Amino acid sequence: MATAIEFENISKQYRLGLVSTRTLSHDLNRWWTVNVRGKEDPYLRIGETNDRSVKGSSDYVWALKDIDFKVEQGDVVGIIGRNGAGKSTLLKLLSRVTAPTTGQIRARGRIGSLLEVGTGFHPEMTGRENIYMNGAILGMTRAEVSRKLDEIVDFSGCERYLDTPVKRYSSGMMVRLGFAVAAHLDPEILVVDEVLAVGDAEFQKKAIGKMKDVSQGEGRTVLFVSHNMASIKNLCQRGIVLNQGSVIYDGGVNDAVDFYTNSAFAESGNLYFEDLSQAPGNDSIRIRSISIEASDGKAIDMNSDIEVSLQFMNYKVGSMVDATFELRTVEDVIVFHQGKIISPNRDSVQGEYRVSFTIPAHLLNDGRYMMRIWFGENCRYLLWGTLEHAFEIAHAAEPGQQDNGHRPGVLHYGFDFKSELIR
Amino acid sequence: MEGNWDTVIKPKEKLLSVDFKELWHYRDLCLLFVKRNIVVQYKQTILGPLWYLIQPLLTVVMYMVVFGGIAGISTDGVPQPLFYLGGICMWQYFADCLNSTGNTFVTNANIFGKVYFPRLVMPIADVISNLLRFSIQFSLFVAVYVVYAIVGTVACPNIYALLTPVLIVLIAGLALGFGILISSMTTKYRDLQILFTFIVQLWMYATPIVYPLSTVVGKTVAGFDLYTIMSLNPVTPVIETFKFALLGAGEFIGWGWLAYSAIFMIVLLSLGIVVFNKVQKSFMDTV
Repeated sequence: MATAIEFENISKQYRLGLVSTRTLSHDLNRWWTVNVRGKEDPYLRIGETNDRSVKGSSDYVWALKDIDFKVEQGDVVGIIGRNGAGKSTLLKLLSRVTAPTTGQIRARGRIGSLLEVGTGFHPEMTGRENIYMNGAILGMTRAEVSRKLDEIVDFSGCERYLDTPVKRYSSGMMVRLGFAVAAHLDPEILVVDEVLAVGDAEFQKKAIGKMKDVSQGEGRTVLFVSHNMASIKNLCQRGIVLNQGSVIYDGGVNDAVDFYTNSAFAESGNLYFEDLSQAPGNDSIRIRSISIEASDGKAIDMNSDIEVSLQFMNYKVGSMVDATFELRTVEDVIVFHQGKIISPNRDSVQGEYRVSFTIPAHLLNDGRYMMRIWFGENCRYLLWGTLEHAFEIAHAAEPGQQDNGHRPGVLHYGFDFKSELIR
Repeated sequence: MEGNWDTVIKPKEKLLSVDFKELWHYRDLCLLFVKRNIVVQYKQTILGPLWYLIQPLLTVVMYMVVFGGIAGISTDGVPQPLFYLGGICMWQYFADCLNSTGNTFVTNANIFGKVYFPRLVMPIADVISNLLRFSIQFSLFVAVYVVYAIVGTVACPNIYALLTPVLIVLIAGLALGFGILISSMTTKYRDLQILFTFIVQLWMYATPIVYPLSTVVGKTVAGFDLYTIMSLNPVTPVIETFKFALLGAGEFIGWGWLAYSAIFMIVLLSLGIVVFNKVQKSFMDTV
């Protein structure tokens, strides 16, 4: 089969922070070094890999570094990785929203990209006008849109409101309409970001179905980015795992998802930051330490009470600060998102706080979990899920019970089952 | 296998690789943007496009009071309303085009960040959609003109009036060229945007809009002939020709100066397109 897309040594460098007063001088320096003195770009060398949790010493980071792979025609490739792994950057390069710093991408056929549903929708224009608008932005001619108008309208299910300005639409309807246009774009290569995360379950099913049709029935190439391992597995044959801007795994989708969950959810061990200036956080909050361990000090299994303890330095004075714990499974299902307000009377002081709680034994099933820490102030986010802490609950039979092996499910609660013969 | 790729994405294109074929492919998009710009502007207003008429009329009254009345600046024997209206029509079109194209990257960052199409489509659509406003205001000018012609206080348009479409193209080209050049630079250094807005305001006074060019004949500034300096402003010959052709104001500025404007426009537009083309590839990282 022919190659549809070829990535060759693709790297992308970003400059962090705002465009400050130093930009012009940096630019001049760069121009001087490269064009006048004929030397290497001074800022291309100091870039570091992109690790969000460690505070970098340089303003330049590599969002992608030396990406090299090929995609065959008709392949459906899932791109997996944690936040900041470079997935979106990769799609942006492919959609030509921004250019790579080095390397080349070559593609055969029209590239249709769906980084967002309903790009260019104008609230004042009607549904019909917006279909034409959106279609044209995605590269269709007027005639093409006219030909497919009925199909698009039918797929979106917005027929009644076609001549109503879209500002009167519900957000769900906008998404339907936007996806309907994009789904009928018929490019040879379709690039899809996590747009399916919006819309109701029925629509998501429809959208996934349509994408399956496009790839399988019509032999098109699809690149799909998602955090949802279930839809990745459902849709793709091949998976590429990105980590800190590099490809760390490339293979069958099931192996790739396993690889990702094993690496991303590898136990992080307890974290402790001696130097607060290097600790994750921002000007309001710095995280000193997090530990998740069994109360008996042994490895965590289904019989252990799991003690979670978080210590952080708070710099917000006189406000209502809360620490929230979000537990996720490898399938990205949120088990809970709960926390504690440490200063309910808006009386927080500058100092180190500790928040701890216990997840009781016999509640969670065995498996890998990710604890994400959020901080809020007066119901607004203060620190946005910066710290992730993975841990594993090993399988264990309840004492005195028969071991039935791993059972599906997030919970494995010790329900009080009763059984009796009634007839 | 090698060589038959449809799309090649590279860090830097050659400086002069503007893909006009691709631009043509997106002509439908351009027209849709034009339509959107027009439709959206006066949605939920009561007077709608009537504002296109009210704005120049009020401005004319203001100019008549300030420049004609208080300052007593000559209008070369042309009735004041006609003189000012003609100038305002042309200048307003120029300024509108400059202001909308000068902000292309900043105002459309949202769309540009999500999908690729030749970015040049956007400023071109701006220039075209501003034509509607211009034509409405120009019709107003013609209407006032007809009234004066019937009363008999104005000279008939001379043969140079046939140049009007060329003049409009010159104005549009100059505005587009300047606009995209500015928008390419404002993606990184926003202060240029503030400076730019300010310059457009001042630029009007450096152009013979509220006064005829004939008033500066023979005057000198620091030893330089003011007439020549004023004419070096590429908009001046266009406006002067317009006024001479339709109103018979002053004298024809000469083919030399008009050719100067045309060459200026072509050079500026080419430069603008080249710079714009270079910036569009990675502006999302800096905007």
